[in-house]
Amino acid sequence: MRLLRAILLRLATSAVTLAGVAVIVFVVIRVVPGDPVSMMLPPGATDDDIARLRAFYGLDRSIPAQFLIWAGGVLQGDFGTSITNRQPVLDLVLGRLPATLELSVLALGLAVLMGGVAALTGTRLRGTRTEAAIDVANGMALSVPDFLWGLVLVLLFGVIFPVFNISGRVTPSLDLPFTTNFYLLESILRLRPDLVADLLSHMILPALALAIPLAAIIGQLLKQSLKETMHLDYVTLARTRGYGENHVILREALPNAILPTLTLVGVQFTFLIGGTVIIERLFSYEGLGNLAIDAVINRDLPLIQGIVILFAVIFTAVNLIVDLACVALNPRLRHG
Amino acid sequence: MADAASAGGGRGRGRRAGLRLWLAGGWLLFMLAVALLAPWIAPKDPLAQDLFLGRLPPFWVEGAEPGYWLGTDSLGRDVLSRIMHGARVALLVALVAGSLTCLIGATLGLLAGYFGGWADILISRGIDIWMAFPPVLFSILLVAVIGPGLPAIILAIVVIDWTRFARVVRAEAMAQAAMDYVASARVAGRGRAGTLLAEILPNVLPTIVVLLTLEMGIAVIVEAILSFVNLSIPTDSPTWGGMIAEGRSSIHQAWWVLVFPLVALFLMVLSFSQLGEGLKDRFDPVLR
Amino acid sequence: MSFLVVRGLSARLKGDGARLLRGVGLSVAPGEVRGLVGESGAGKSMIGKAVLGILPQAVEVTGGEILLDGTDLLTLPPGERRRRVGAACALIPQDPLTALNPARRIGPQITGRLVDILGWDRARARTRAEEALAETHLPDPERIMRAYPHQLSGGQRQRCLIASAFVAGPRLIVADEPTTALDVTVQKQILRLIAEMQARHGTALLFVTHDLGVVSKVCQSLTVLYAGMVVEDTGVRSFFRAPAHPYSAALLAATPRYTDPGGSLTPVPEAVLAAVRAEVAARDAAAEGARHG
Repeated sequence: MRLLRAILLRLATSAVTLAGVAVIVFVVIRVVPGDPVSMMLPPGATDDDIARLRAFYGLDRSIPAQFLIWAGGVLQGDFGTSITNRQPVLDLVLGRLPATLELSVLALGLAVLMGGVAALTGTRLRGTRTEAAIDVANGMALSVPDFLWGLVLVLLFGVIFPVFNISGRVTPSLDLPFTTNFYLLESILRLRPDLVADLLSHMILPALALAIPLAAIIGQLLKQSLKETMHLDYVTLARTRGYGENHVILREALPNAILPTLTLVGVQFTFLIGGTVIIERLFSYEGLGNLAIDAVINRDLPLIQGIVILFAVIFTAVNLIVDLACVALNPRLRHG
Repeated sequence: MADAASAGGGRGRGRRAGLRLWLAGGWLLFMLAVALLAPWIAPKDPLAQDLFLGRLPPFWVEGAEPGYWLGTDSLGRDVLSRIMHGARVALLVALVAGSLTCLIGATLGLLAGYFGGWADILISRGIDIWMAFPPVLFSILLVAVIGPGLPAIILAIVVIDWTRFARVVRAEAMAQAAMDYVASARVAGRGRAGTLLAEILPNVLPTIVVLLTLEMGIAVIVEAILSFVNLSIPTDSPTWGGMIAEGRSSIHQAWWVLVFPLVALFLMVLSFSQLGEGLKDRFDPVLR
Repeated sequence: MSFLVVRGLSARLKGDGARLLRGVGLSVAPGEVRGLVGESGAGKSMIGKAVLGILPQAVEVTGGEILLDGTDLLTLPPGERRRRVGAACALIPQDPLTALNPARRIGPQITGRLVDILGWDRARARTRAEEALAETHLPDPERIMRAYPHQLSGGQRQRCLIASAFVAGPRLIVADEPTTALDVTVQKQILRLIAEMQARHGTALLFVTHDLGVVSKVCQSLTVLYAGMVVEDTGVRSFFRAPAHPYSAALLAATPRYTDPGGSLTPVPEAVLAAVRAEVAARDAAAEGARHG
């Protein structure tokens, strides 16, 4: 019951946050000078043409009126029409969302894997040179953001050892049998290892670029909490019972050290998703972020609004899910 | 006894941290000098195009032309000179955007943390909303909307990153405000504003300095990202991000156009963050 | 024949080489309860930890032997030593609040060793664990097995830890100040419980404590430590009648008595301390001489 109330409260706060995001985006886009409509017409267009187009997109009304019309539409699932593509924003955005989600989740998986292995190895070999080397690598990975890692990876595995693809999501000449836009998921479900390999060869570098900084954070934090846990009495007690180092780390220390890391991973995962914007651009990956930059450059207002709101919804949802996961994993909260 | 053992390790770590601090600081000073002196020490005009000298390799590769140490890009512009001039933009953004972000973010954080109440609710709520924005997209959006140019970049960085300062400084100020020495200063008759400036600020200052250093590195990256998507400086005055964008598109023909500005950017970002981390260790009494 | 024999055990800090144990010798026979007393920092916990192989990483053993059932643990490879200790020994820790893993239910924490180390099947381990919990007078062992540590009180948790220590019929138990962290009212019950369990199982028990009052209640013999050196090794009766070493006598005089709570307490006199410190220095000099000579 208390849990349910906490969830409802969180949902309410999230709604306020999202409303705030909507207002800010809407205002920011409209307060500033620059008329997208005049940009989309050929140079010879008359004032009359411009006025008609403005009316079509509702740009001739006052800003509060525009907002109300737009917000009313959003609540019914209508995000307006893209100015450049002349398609419903929702269709465009949902069409690209799977690509970005697959990339983000792959990156998250890589980050957890790399960070987890680094933390466990560092704990197992504490006090050795290996631990010192892991710490140094961690520090490096942490100091440099995903954009730069992306460029380094382009050079390393795109040019010097050209083993992976550095642009696009999938080789265009391939015959694609997909019915949804979740290419990776679908090719796994359809048992098509050839397609999985091609998709991964495109996704691995952008995913790594996104994953490296997060892996460093996970590695650092998890190792720190593991180290603290390793000194606790129940770990010592497990040693006296005849258990070896591996069991002590994995079974006794890890379940307790994971919680603080998990909370942080949630926040950091939203940063990772935010990072897809530039990383997708860098690797010409046809996801939401790439679409967003095109929309900004073309001043496609309805599309920008739609994308920013969608990002905000994803961020909020991730935070909510992480909070719930923490409750589910913590016996203290679960069995109050 | 465990303390004695860790103190031994601590001395070694202290030396390494000191070296890190000097290396990072030294490199940044060197780049600052390069940036200031660029018009005089750059071997070529960074904007001069010469299509006959396009895509010259760096000096140790066969086919290099003397004078063009790090080669040229597809328009025949000298890469080394462009990197030197690009440092001007990068450092200018780092210093101005970093300081402004710091000033605004730290002030809001102090107000929220020390005064609490409505100020805190308002500022914290604002931070929450800001955290729901994808930062890179937001900065691109802002710059696109304001129109390219240095002021737009700086404004975008300030508008987006003030929360970095506000969040941390708010928490620190809150922790300090709960300490006994603050209460005794109040009892001794200091006003609230006086207490904030004389008692709390000095204790939060080390954190602010560390954040400022880290923020400068972030500002450099944001500028590079914006010029990478071609939203930074309207004229063709050289930026590292712009050079990287060009290098990315001709990566298979002329790797050096991407590599050298990337190295310059990498080292500067690394230096700022290492300087920040080094200062953090230096300030942290537990590690000292 | 004693089950545990420690001979000439020396240990020091890795960093500055400070001596922590100075040639300690003691023995515990099956069914015997030996108290290990001394001021804090005298090294009494260190001995228990050395026997169980859980010394902090900063401490190294520099000499001596620890014979468990005739085998010197210090010469065994680490894995073999761990299994041997895990099968034959157990620890009753000081603080029941931190000695149970908060992320796991009580049941698996007790049965895990039986299954993983001793190779019992699960059903048998479960039955035995419930039996052990019942021996510690915990009501409804089945419920306790399913509980998480935070759902139990401090006293209940210490009972779980005692059950866990005795569950596999160990031949030696090290109790490291097992009542220090508990309420005074619970202390007596736990002390009685440990004594009862020890008597039932006939276990050798090494009872580390700073409290001579506790020693007089549960121990048959005791070893007094000062600065990692044994100053007296004797039976409890003779000790409380007439301690042989002046430092022990001073320690006894500094202990409050239940029989005479209002009586005045004398701190250990400077002269006694100086004498015992001189003894320590002489032993160090002898050890140095042996090393160089």
